[in-house]
Amino acid sequence: MAAILDAPVLLYDGPEWDFDKLKRVHDAIELIARRELGLDVYPTQIEVITSEQMLDAYASSALPLMYRHWSFGKRFAYNEALYRRGLQGLAYEIVINSNPCLCYIMEENSMTMQTLVIAHAAYGHNHFFKNNYLFQQWTDASGILDYLSFSRDYVLKAEERYGIARVESVLDAAHALMDESVNRYTRRKPLNFADDRKREQERRLHAETTYNDLWRTVPAPEVIRSLEAEEIARIQREQNQRLGLPEENILYFMEKFAPNLEEWERELCRIVRNIAQYFYPQKQTKVINEGCATFVHYEIMNRLHGKGLISDGSMLEFLHSHTSVVFQPDFDDPRYSGINPYALGFAMMEDIKRICLAPTPEDRIFFPQFAGNKDPYGTLRDAWANYRDESFILQFLSPNVIRKHRLFRVFDNAAEPNMLVDAIHDEGGYREIRSALARSYDISRREPDIQIADVDMAGDRTLVLKHFVHDGILLDEKSCQAVLRYVAELWTYTVKLLEVDASTEAVLKKHEVPAQKRRGV
Amino acid sequence: MNIVDRRANPKGKSLGNRRRFIERARAEVKGAVLDALRKRKITDVEGSERVSIPTRGIDEPSFRQSSSGGKRHYIVPGNKEHVVGDEIERPQGGQGRGSEAADSGEGTDGFEFTLSKEEFLDLFFEDLELPDLVKKKLSEAAAPELSRAGYSVSGNPANLNLVRTMRNSMARRLSMKRPKREELQELEQKIESLESEGPEAEHREALERLEKLRRRSRAIPYFDPIDTRYNRFERIPKPNVQAVMFCLMDVSGSMTERMKDLAKRFFMLLHIFLARRYKQVDLVFIRHTSTAQEVDEETFFYSRETGGTVVSTALAEMKRIIHERYPLDAWNIYAAQASDGDNFGADSGRCIALLSDILPVCQYFAYIEVSESPDGLGDRRMDKTDLWRSYAEVAPAHPNFAMRRVGDPSHIFPVFHDLFSRGKAPAA
Repeated sequence: MAAILDAPVLLYDGPEWDFDKLKRVHDAIELIARRELGLDVYPTQIEVITSEQMLDAYASSALPLMYRHWSFGKRFAYNEALYRRGLQGLAYEIVINSNPCLCYIMEENSMTMQTLVIAHAAYGHNHFFKNNYLFQQWTDASGILDYLSFSRDYVLKAEERYGIARVESVLDAAHALMDESVNRYTRRKPLNFADDRKREQERRLHAETTYNDLWRTVPAPEVIRSLEAEEIARIQREQNQRLGLPEENILYFMEKFAPNLEEWERELCRIVRNIAQYFYPQKQTKVINEGCATFVHYEIMNRLHGKGLISDGSMLEFLHSHTSVVFQPDFDDPRYSGINPYALGFAMMEDIKRICLAPTPEDRIFFPQFAGNKDPYGTLRDAWANYRDESFILQFLSPNVIRKHRLFRVFDNAAEPNMLVDAIHDEGGYREIRSALARSYDISRREPDIQIADVDMAGDRTLVLKHFVHDGILLDEKSCQAVLRYVAELWTYTVKLLEVDASTEAVLKKHEVPAQKRRGV
Repeated sequence: MNIVDRRANPKGKSLGNRRRFIERARAEVKGAVLDALRKRKITDVEGSERVSIPTRGIDEPSFRQSSSGGKRHYIVPGNKEHVVGDEIERPQGGQGRGSEAADSGEGTDGFEFTLSKEEFLDLFFEDLELPDLVKKKLSEAAAPELSRAGYSVSGNPANLNLVRTMRNSMARRLSMKRPKREELQELEQKIESLESEGPEAEHREALERLEKLRRRSRAIPYFDPIDTRYNRFERIPKPNVQAVMFCLMDVSGSMTERMKDLAKRFFMLLHIFLARRYKQVDLVFIRHTSTAQEVDEETFFYSRETGGTVVSTALAEMKRIIHERYPLDAWNIYAAQASDGDNFGADSGRCIALLSDILPVCQYFAYIEVSESPDGLGDRRMDKTDLWRSYAEVAPAHPNFAMRRVGDPSHIFPVFHDLFSRGKAPAA
């Protein structure tokens, strides 16, 4: 009798899911996540959607509401074509960094997949969103949905008032500058989207009642010509100070200082840059975020199976999809397309757990802080909270993982005919590989470092941008010209871009685009 | 934790974005559509279309590092044989970089997606219009048609709306507390059992109750005339929405398969075009050699005949069919004639006379002269054909008559487009 009572009951059986089963599974997972792994999450809201809705979500950067723009239609058409031809499967889930945390799961998933997805998204990603310092610093999880609905309405109203073409042309330009329109270094207090709406109205009131003195205080050209070079430099310095130059956030600069934009156009710039800022932490935490979610689902599924709550069949189904998620093809494999963030993150976290529990002498040399501390989950929670990809790899990539993946470093110097292997998975190479891999995840190295350097206020109002070139890697010529045309559309005067060597300041290349006329204006 | 079922949410959330996208890429998409049509079989002209358009115009540029030049380090997995100091040949396209921005369209020449049938045809016929629709009083002729117009309390029993009527009856029965049948049956059973062994008082009480219920049941009928509802119809004049399309073709020996194929493409286009404007489009196929006869589509396109060529027989046949089957107040009449231009010399006069009869009742009459040589439109190499010359005499007097020459499948659409382009008077 006692044996029967104690025997665990399967949470579900077979592939079909229903809402009762989802609820049961969720509760079992929550218990494990909170009690055994010590996760701390936002309340979750699980939403069941169809594959078409999933494609919709893909199109709008996985956000549930978005303003209208043709580029989202393009993305939809592209994904749909791939999906219909069977070239691309759809993600099993999408999770949104919001409070409550929204998890979209597809109706086509089997019950095992739903279980996996709830563990992965509703607990793994959710914990990461709530605890990682970047997300805490830069995003306002409880306000994002409201802000999106505000921006959608704002764009809609602007379209009604000024026509689709004019709105579209501003958004086109703003989208092209999205990557260069985040605040990277300055520390600001967390955004509060709820206040943003109010501020927008206040700003407009303020602008109406005050007059922008900036342009008037610029000395007339004839005055300038009569001045000494020293004096001119001083005026220039003062003016740049007033403009906050150099400025890394291009759309911010346009919003504040572009001479010929209307208020609503500035607001559109602001909307786009706020959304860019919202995504900025996600770009920097692909490996650690996906690794966290994958590690969490792997732990949870194993524990569910260990407790006898899911059947052997479900476990096999889970393992099948888990292994394909963390599959890392070799560089010479036709399937190779870069390092798989799921695979790398998961492998590193599994290894951290191993080092905590059963370290080798090598681990004790590399990781004296936590090797053998018997607290794997505490160590991991600390890593999830306080690191991004670059720093996480720099701190935690172990020789064991390097050997397992047989990572090696290739040096590619355009001046040489061939590439050179300069570090492999051996004693001399571990640290080299680790720092090089970490650097390749550093967003300031992955993306070009472009800043607004100067404005010729006294002359023809030419805007000067600088690209700080590292290791001689210049900008792609074609896309650079196209983006500069967009900058010139917003600025409405000539725009120059200088590519200068980051260390010597020597100018390597110049681009220039004359003033552009915007469509629809 | 909450679980929300969003599956029933309205579909097509990104339809607005899709429309904007197609609008944006209009020029490219249109080019691709026409291109696709040229290559297609005639029979599947109505299907949806997968189009591939160049990324120009729908490009979303961003500042990117160039993929070549400078000094870079790559970390790659899966070392098998390399040791420090090995040299590796540089792969084309920067293999170590990984594939970033797959959907930015960079690196791929075309951007491929599928247009729905509606989108395809919309673009296809975008700037085409039926000619002379308003000028003709025929098209305004209205035939009254019955149309649903709510419900009424009186009407023909055939129009009784059962659902509405039953609903009213039930509501009335419930509100007036008409006893249910089960209730009565239950009471009767109870009385039966009381009759044999129950107490006298209870039996009497039950009988009284039963009597009361029966009275009530009789007083409140199951159906009452006030319950009945009838479907109501109104006669609404509907503009004429049916058309008949006459396909006339010379099938004599001089028409080759290729020429027939050209003609077929033109007929096809015209048919799709008309089908989009009219609820119903009838097709009449008339083939002719020295005699004309009405045939089905299969015979029309695929059987061969020998004999001379007398065009007027076909026109006469058409006139007869219009007279017999297509009263002018109910039908819009379109005609397309395809021929290689040969005609029996003395027949031209009769053709002109017949045409002068037919043209005034037609919405539109298109004459397509097909020629064998793909490049030549005929007129450069030789004199105009007999038929062309005689038709050219009629043309100026009738704006709804158009004639064109076609020598190659790729000419079909331009010619068609030319004939029906918006705001352009057809002329020879």
